[in-house]
Amino acid sequence: MIAIIDYGVGNLFSLSSSLSYLGMENIITGREADIIAADRIILPGVGAFGDAADKLNQTGLVKVIKQQVSGGKPMLGICLGMQLLFDRSYEYGDHRGLGLIHGEIHGLSDDLTTGLKVPQIGWNSLKFKRNHPILKYVKDGDYVYYVHSYYAKHCEESLVAVSQYEVEVPGIVASGSVVGTQFHPEKSGAVGLAMLKAFGEM
Amino acid sequence: MITKRIIPCLDVRDGRVVKGVNFEGIRDVASPVEMARFYNESGADELVFYDITASVEGRALFTDILKQVAGEIFIPLTVGGGINTLADFDRVLKCGADKVSVNSGAIRSPQLIREAAQRYGDQCVVLSMDVKRVNGQYRIFAKGGREDTGMDALEWAEFAVNSGAGELVVNSIDTDGVKAGFDLELLSAIASRVSVPIVASGGAGRAEHFLQLFQQCPKVDAGLAASIFHFRQVDIGELKRYLKDNGVEMRL
Repeated sequence: MIAIIDYGVGNLFSLSSSLSYLGMENIITGREADIIAADRIILPGVGAFGDAADKLNQTGLVKVIKQQVSGGKPMLGICLGMQLLFDRSYEYGDHRGLGLIHGEIHGLSDDLTTGLKVPQIGWNSLKFKRNHPILKYVKDGDYVYYVHSYYAKHCEESLVAVSQYEVEVPGIVASGSVVGTQFHPEKSGAVGLAMLKAFGEM
Repeated sequence: MITKRIIPCLDVRDGRVVKGVNFEGIRDVASPVEMARFYNESGADELVFYDITASVEGRALFTDILKQVAGEIFIPLTVGGGINTLADFDRVLKCGADKVSVNSGAIRSPQLIREAAQRYGDQCVVLSMDVKRVNGQYRIFAKGGREDTGMDALEWAEFAVNSGAGELVVNSIDTDGVKAGFDLELLSAIASRVSVPIVASGGAGRAEHFLQLFQQCPKVDAGLAASIFHFRQVDIGELKRYLKDNGVEMRL
């Protein structure tokens, strides 16, 4: 059973559907008991970092999530959920993240100089940096679907795969049993489904 | 690098795809779900569904179809048609839409763009605009292109983006249905005014028109078409290979 954490941020229909489509049992939940009982956790999210971090803190689930992860339970953060895994974000201010992966979230627009659009919306290819179980069924160069205006920096030791958008955008990061994808696997066609399947086997 | 996108558009009325005839390779030529499956397998980068139903029953049918598509096809889905309020946004987002496209609803109540962007994020709000030249000016037309609003298209595009529209679908009434190519002049004019992704619509008749679009309007991000895909005049898989062979970044 995979617990998709519901903290009032974003639309979880596609994520839940994609897991069900793969035959992976899942529950959208904000209950501590479900998170403890689950064998995997997914932290989704869209929107602004500060607002999402506040909402996540308000659920009172942060402590149990950290306990479960430090006990080795696999967790996947998607999009803003991936950004929340980091130490801090400078999206409209200075906000603290979960600190499960070292690094910081910065604005793409501050670092782009050649007129590329922000947000990055669309399909971009992945370049692998190292091997990881999440890559089991995909290959270097495969395309995934991004929608984001901020990106992770100073996270070299956790980089698994990147996409080029003038700058190197961390597409997949991982540390211990925690994995994060800046792109949406539940919207990345067969490639995204393959990664969700691999997560289910981690 | 980020790719350009190819997007088939399905107009749905009373649960059936309009113009969905002469479609080889699938059993039910007018079933939105079957067509969505087919396009997903052909390599479509995204799907757009327009609900052109007038009745309440038709609307319920549409959301059922949307749920079914979103339950088995995992690429971005944009939904438009009859989006007039935040409740309409809510209704289609809950059924699996990723982006919601507003047109006449935003012309009637321009604040809808800002309200929706604040609630669901800019990336979720798409402004679809029907544009036609009148006395040398690009004008916004409403009600499926039947009514001249007198509004300037470039100003409207800028207003929408400043209000939070995260993407624009620019449909040229002048080139729509002519199949002589996209309206490059209009698209360039709009692309120079705004910095959000632009989806070109109206006028594609052949694969070459998409190449022309991406080569001559490098700031346009996607090409959208309906009947040429439905009638198999252009195959999406072949189109994308052709574009890639000619130097356009594509997901194959």
